[in-house]
Amino acid sequence: MDQIQKHLLEQVAGLHEIPAGAYNIRANGESIGRSTTANIDIVTKEDKQGIDIYVKPGTKKESLHIPVIMSQSGLTEMVYNDFHIGEDCDVTIVAGCGIHNGGDAASKHDGIHSFFVGKNSRVKYVEKHYGSGEGKGERIMNPVTIVQMDENSYLEMETVQIKGVDSTKRHTEATLADGAKLVITERLMTHGSQYAESSFNVDLNGADSSANLISRAVAKDDSKQLFLAKINGNNRCAGHSECDAIIMDNAKISAIPEITANHLDAALIHEAAIGKIAGEQLIKLMTLGLTEAEAEAQIVNGFLR
Amino acid sequence: MLELRNVSFQVSDENSKTKGIIKDISLKLNDHTFTAITGPNGGGKSTLARLIMGIERPTSGSILFNGIDITNMSITERANLGISFAFQQPVRFKGIKVKDLIMLAAGKKISAAGACEYLSKVGLCARDYINRDVDGSLSGGELKRIEIASIIARNTPLSVFDEPEAGIDLWSFNNLIKVFEELHDTSDNSLIIISHQERILNIADEIVVIADGTVKARGSKDDILPELLQGTGSCKFYQ
Repeated sequence: MDQIQKHLLEQVAGLHEIPAGAYNIRANGESIGRSTTANIDIVTKEDKQGIDIYVKPGTKKESLHIPVIMSQSGLTEMVYNDFHIGEDCDVTIVAGCGIHNGGDAASKHDGIHSFFVGKNSRVKYVEKHYGSGEGKGERIMNPVTIVQMDENSYLEMETVQIKGVDSTKRHTEATLADGAKLVITERLMTHGSQYAESSFNVDLNGADSSANLISRAVAKDDSKQLFLAKINGNNRCAGHSECDAIIMDNAKISAIPEITANHLDAALIHEAAIGKIAGEQLIKLMTLGLTEAEAEAQIVNGFLR
Repeated sequence: MLELRNVSFQVSDENSKTKGIIKDISLKLNDHTFTAITGPNGGGKSTLARLIMGIERPTSGSILFNGIDITNMSITERANLGISFAFQQPVRFKGIKVKDLIMLAAGKKISAAGACEYLSKVGLCARDYINRDVDGSLSGGELKRIEIASIIARNTPLSVFDEPEAGIDLWSFNNLIKVFEELHDTSDNSLIIISHQERILNIADEIVVIADGTVKARGSKDDILPELLQGTGSCKFYQ
């Protein structure tokens, strides 16, 4: 791995070196390192790009890292990763994609991640996106996540895209069985002329299932963002979506929450708020000695933390 | 320490008519004094405090701090010169933790124990608070106490408190009095406290009565308090 690739790896996976536990590192379209454990197996797909990950029932306190890094300009790929999580597991999965584009051709990574979360399993899934490079070529990522949650399973999904991705269309679909619980936290910052779209479609099919979608977004310069959150309450369930956004400069943000109750005992809430940084927040931090620019950075960093 | 020279502040209403909020106030406050500013609502007290911090700029006149003309200085410059300001309505932040705010105020990295010291002074158990966001999840009284803790952490030559008692419960209020007494007694710093509370006026070195944008009276508490307490409504300052 060269320095650029190491930097990307650090940004998207927080890795300075080869991780403990199971991992698969994909660089410029091919796997450059893989490790499996007694409980987590990684198998290359035969019919298309991507991997199948099998987590044995009862696997506890194990982690899996599957970062993707691209440092070759003009590369386009479409990858399918399927996660088969057995029953009664407790695992952490860190994915993420970093693109360094030093050339003029667009680099694009489209990933489709499918999760099958078994009964009573707990999964924490972290996905970070990062782009760098001075080239004119765009850095494009279009992640799709499809989640099927079995009875009483729990999935906490955390997605972060803070810097350097020119265009992204993120789509997440989830279907929840009885007692399943889904928590999604999204943090997004766009700048320059970037475009980001994030859409969710959650079907709360099971009794006592619940979903909580929380999005924190900052749009700077001339960037644009679109947030779509659909929650369908098809049983006795609880659903909540929240989009909180800070708009700066000439940016534009649209938030379109949609909730549908198809059952008398579906309790659904949506909240969306978009606004510029409150003047009084800047003033308060300036009275502590920060300059206006420092105050702004402090507020944005805190908001996206 | 702080001198206001012929300071006026006007605003324009929707018909472009100007209205004087502060009218030609001249005031000199000495080092290491605890000055309480009181007077009727809408009389200009908070505006005066905001003019001192630089949140508003005077329409005319000048403000000097330790002999330096700060009239055209920004809020940041004044803060760095040594002026602090506690808001009447503390500002809420999503994502900024109590510890962050105390640390920004102190101007350095402090340990949990360090933050605890400031928070316990205002009657908060630090362990329960340092990792909480300074947002709507805190009650008005809690936010107010954190605001005061942040001013204590700054430890600047001049601290201006805009109605610190507003929204504070009785138990905390007793503590608050102790906090101000301690601030006054244990350092050479000066305090300006805007207040309606007799018990705060009672511990001040000097009371300034502001009404209708002007200084109606100024003197020691022994001179001013009896007149203020003769009964609201009949008091000459409130006419």
